[in-house]
Amino acid sequence: MYDVNYHRAGSLEEALKLFKAAEDGKFIAGGQTLIPAMKTRLAAPSDLVDLRHIADLKAISVSGKTVTIGAGVTHAEVAASADIAAACPALCHLAGLIGDPQVRHMGTIGGSLANNDPAADYPAAMLALAATIITSTREIAAEDFFTGLFETALEEDEIITAVRFDAPEKAGYAKFPNPASRYAMAGVFVAVDGGAVRVAVTGAGDDGVFRSAELEAALAAEFSASALEAVAVPADDLMTDIHASAEYRAGLVVAMAKRAVAMATS
Amino acid sequence: MTNVTMTVNGQKVSGSVEGRTLLVQFLRDTLGLTGTHVGCDTSQCGACTIHLDGKSVKACSLLAVQAEGAEITTIEGLAEGDVLHPVQAAFKEHHGLQCGFCTPGMIMAATDMIRRHPEGLDEGTVREELEGNICRCTGYHNIVKAIMAASEAVKTGSTKAA
Repeated sequence: MYDVNYHRAGSLEEALKLFKAAEDGKFIAGGQTLIPAMKTRLAAPSDLVDLRHIADLKAISVSGKTVTIGAGVTHAEVAASADIAAACPALCHLAGLIGDPQVRHMGTIGGSLANNDPAADYPAAMLALAATIITSTREIAAEDFFTGLFETALEEDEIITAVRFDAPEKAGYAKFPNPASRYAMAGVFVAVDGGAVRVAVTGAGDDGVFRSAELEAALAAEFSASALEAVAVPADDLMTDIHASAEYRAGLVVAMAKRAVAMATS
Repeated sequence: MTNVTMTVNGQKVSGSVEGRTLLVQFLRDTLGLTGTHVGCDTSQCGACTIHLDGKSVKACSLLAVQAEGAEITTIEGLAEGDVLHPVQAAFKEHHGLQCGFCTPGMIMAATDMIRRHPEGLDEGTVREELEGNICRCTGYHNIVKAIMAASEAVKTGSTKAA
């Protein structure tokens, strides 16, 4: 790892000020992706601005149907939150599948979304739940937030402060983890609300997380795992790598969608 | 160089580190606490597991400066004098180790796991919760047995984990 100047921010304002003063700064939350990336020199920022001690980013609130989760809330905290479990248990389930217990104690929802790893879990949930990503300057619909592999609509000096979504009537998430890395080779989040079905897929797309029109149409007609028996997801825009071909991933997407629907209806 | 101060195993410690110094390097090289091991250095094996403010984390994936002001517990901080922590005692009793390299990380992960499951642990949960710790001798059976026994010992308040 190249050397780096570390700064700890006590507030959002301070974080933005510290970032502005840095030559080539990066925000760090749990650092479970960034520190390993710095160790392999895939990332080499001049300065790190640590957001982990900003109290304002750590709140979880559920008011009526509206769920708001601070960007600094860890995966372990989401997994264990009774408030979130009452509103959207599928999200707790998803958070408990990320990495391992040690990683979940550090990694945060804001950090995961800002990184937008194409095989990360949270992007699928945000897209399927039609969540709003709240930042230091604006609110961005999940639909507009994820713009490609490791790419988001965030400006360099913009910090995610929270995410907000309405609790769906039903939701489920299932992923097929890579046996070594535990990242999703295909992860599918389904959400039903007011008769509308949204299905988002992570880990499989060539351009990151996406909604599947084929799965949504089949589930809108009948919301059951058996409704997906004859559905095929086109492999054209899916990823091929050393772990699996696009065609294999297309099969996994349907299989995971069935499991996610089974969870949502159980 | 920056000065960092934190509480390690109940004692306030300070040291001079670079921004890039990993917490595990600070513990091992500056403080001489070499019980915390570096296995993979890519945050997968869990040999470097310690407790940061009471929660298990991987000390190879954390900068020392990130732990400024924190409470750290390492494997050296578990026993009380000559009396082993129930998890250590259970690993000894059930021979939860082969070469022993992963053992400190396994024990630190196990103590955290037991804290989070005061209701007790079944085998499936233990195996799932050990996702972040790799034993390259593949000695998992006795590790799992030891953790279940320790969980029971902690639950019943017994000091002997048999």
